[in-house]
Amino acid sequence: MNSELAEHSQFKDAETGQFNPKSLIIWPLSQLFRFLEWPMKRIQNLLGLGTMPYIFLLPNLCFFGLFVVLPLFVNFAFSLTGGTNLYLDERAFTGTEQYAFLLDCGNYADPLSCREDRFWKGLLNTAIFITLQLTFLVLFSLITALVLNKKIQARGFFRSVYFFPVLLSPVVVALIWKWILLRDGILNAWLVELSFDKILFFVSPAWAMFWAIFISIWAHMGFYTLIILAGLQAIPPDLYEAAEMDGTKQERIFWRITLPLLWPNLLVVIVLALIKGVQTFDEVFVLTGGGPGTATQFIVQYIYNTGFTNQIQNFGLAAAASVILGVVLFGLTMLQLAATRWKDNG
Amino acid sequence: MADSTSLPVRIWQFLTFRRGGKRWHWTDLFTYGYLGLGIFLMFGPVVWLVLSSFKTPAGLLEFPPTWAPLGQVVVEVEGYEKPLPMYRVTMEDGSTKDLAQIRRIGIISQMVDPAEPSTKFKIPIKQREPIREFRMAWENYLDPLERFNFLSYLTNSVIVTTLATLITLLINSMAAFGLSIYEFKGRNAVMLFVIGTLMIPITVILVPVYLVVTELGMVNSLWAVILPGAATPTGVFLLRQYMLTIPKDLIEASRMDKATEWQVYWRVVLPLAMPAIAVLAIFSIMWRWNEFLWPLIVLNRSEVYTLQVGLNAFQGELDVQWHYILAMTVVTLIPVVVVFTFLQKFITTGIASSGMK
Repeated sequence: MNSELAEHSQFKDAETGQFNPKSLIIWPLSQLFRFLEWPMKRIQNLLGLGTMPYIFLLPNLCFFGLFVVLPLFVNFAFSLTGGTNLYLDERAFTGTEQYAFLLDCGNYADPLSCREDRFWKGLLNTAIFITLQLTFLVLFSLITALVLNKKIQARGFFRSVYFFPVLLSPVVVALIWKWILLRDGILNAWLVELSFDKILFFVSPAWAMFWAIFISIWAHMGFYTLIILAGLQAIPPDLYEAAEMDGTKQERIFWRITLPLLWPNLLVVIVLALIKGVQTFDEVFVLTGGGPGTATQFIVQYIYNTGFTNQIQNFGLAAAASVILGVVLFGLTMLQLAATRWKDNG
Repeated sequence: MADSTSLPVRIWQFLTFRRGGKRWHWTDLFTYGYLGLGIFLMFGPVVWLVLSSFKTPAGLLEFPPTWAPLGQVVVEVEGYEKPLPMYRVTMEDGSTKDLAQIRRIGIISQMVDPAEPSTKFKIPIKQREPIREFRMAWENYLDPLERFNFLSYLTNSVIVTTLATLITLLINSMAAFGLSIYEFKGRNAVMLFVIGTLMIPITVILVPVYLVVTELGMVNSLWAVILPGAATPTGVFLLRQYMLTIPKDLIEASRMDKATEWQVYWRVVLPLAMPAIAVLAIFSIMWRWNEFLWPLIVLNRSEVYTLQVGLNAFQGELDVQWHYILAMTVVTLIPVVVVFTFLQKFITTGIASSGMK
């Protein structure tokens, strides 16, 4: 990483005299640093060199403590209380009631038989979404990376063609596609041209789910393509040369050399995409609003609706659902760490 | 790629490139097909958005839609208050005439010749065809600035992005400095803690963070969006890994020269860590500009909306004004396109090397 980053350090404006976008950020910061010089010197003289590392860590750790660690515990506390008050001391302790409510099902295969059917519908939708999205996301990222890894002209251009949607905001992505998919949108115009009937994409649950998956792949594919591409380029070229000399078929080279050597990278991509996929909210929320009905309502939207939009803000239930989501994500992250370790150690 | 060859030559090389040997292989065709489809699928929607954003509301309603932004020609006719739309009319005798429409009653439209406003015609609407000209509806871009809070959304987004990025850079680089330069008790514990927080996305702690923000009295203020995400574990991690490569001798030498620790930090280490800082700055700008779920929760009043939340509110209205939404979407997109065009290499290198975004 470091050598690659260092390549860009010749971004020096002092020599070329050209506009340097970095300076926009550097200037205000350096003013701040200068301003802090005197107080920091006093602190160092007062407390000694030994405490300086703690001083440097302090602001960041305060933020972590206040906005990550404290909430993590408070979240658990929330999930054990009921009522509609936000402040914890005004909330009634209910023990594991919220969890019992969420997990109470007549038949776990059928979301409608559960007391909190929206939660289970959200889980089921997320599961369906993840299964399809992950499969095709990895598949298309792999194909794209393989194509981009060939000796094609203008590779940099094509790489950015597939990559740029990664930087678009989810809201923008959703609006771009909503405009295409509307009743009188361009896609329906083409369907009419080809003498099909118009399709009301946001009225049919299956179509809404299809487009949710499609758009999520469209928006994120470039990111995973880039990681896979880095993996492909790390495969030693002499392996391919040796195979060519032996007259090995392309298909065989792919299955016997490329895929086995790429597998660790692919595993990291799969787990990473899984972790992101479980938390899908933004694009789909703007595109379909979770509809029609609850056909594209995912688990994060369930938490959002329960805690923040419904008439009765049920913070306890939302917290309990997010604890469950947290447990799932924790498991997946452990998987990711294992995959990364496996990749790095070969 | 060295640009010694001229563009036409390179295009020719591109078009005739084949894998390895002289004969066409099926994978060559597949590659072309895939890349072509890629351009169409990836760029197409954005191009369509930009083209559509220049259409008038009437132009947007047309079905089937036209590619270019076409608007109907309108003329001022003596004796009529409003400008009238122009049509090309096929007359009874087969000749064509350009007439302005006064009003339409059922399938009959009342028309007038702009040259001689005294004579009126009654024409069945089947015999008329709107006259259109190429016209960019700039008002789609200008109106929202005045009529809605769009300008304040834009300002809010800029404030959030700038302040949050500055705070992130400051506190993350300080933490990274502390973790990479010093040997101290509990260093590994802190590092483990940082990696641990990496695992806790905001989606898991929405309710309690909302409580914290409420307790601090920040709901419906931009600080509620800026502060909770300021300390990014990814940022600390990225910067620390980079700072570890800075030679220790350099730091010792500056301490010999009586530099305080703060001076070592910002005059010696930070300039050397600039490539990593730049990557984090770009990421942070992207994160903040595009952030949606958290602002949606803590910003409930229209004055404090960021662009993303404002856009979502507009598209959720009952009477969706697509001509404004499309234009505003384009505006939201512009900074990202600018950043991408100029700093693409930083972004792709940063992602490929750290596996994050």
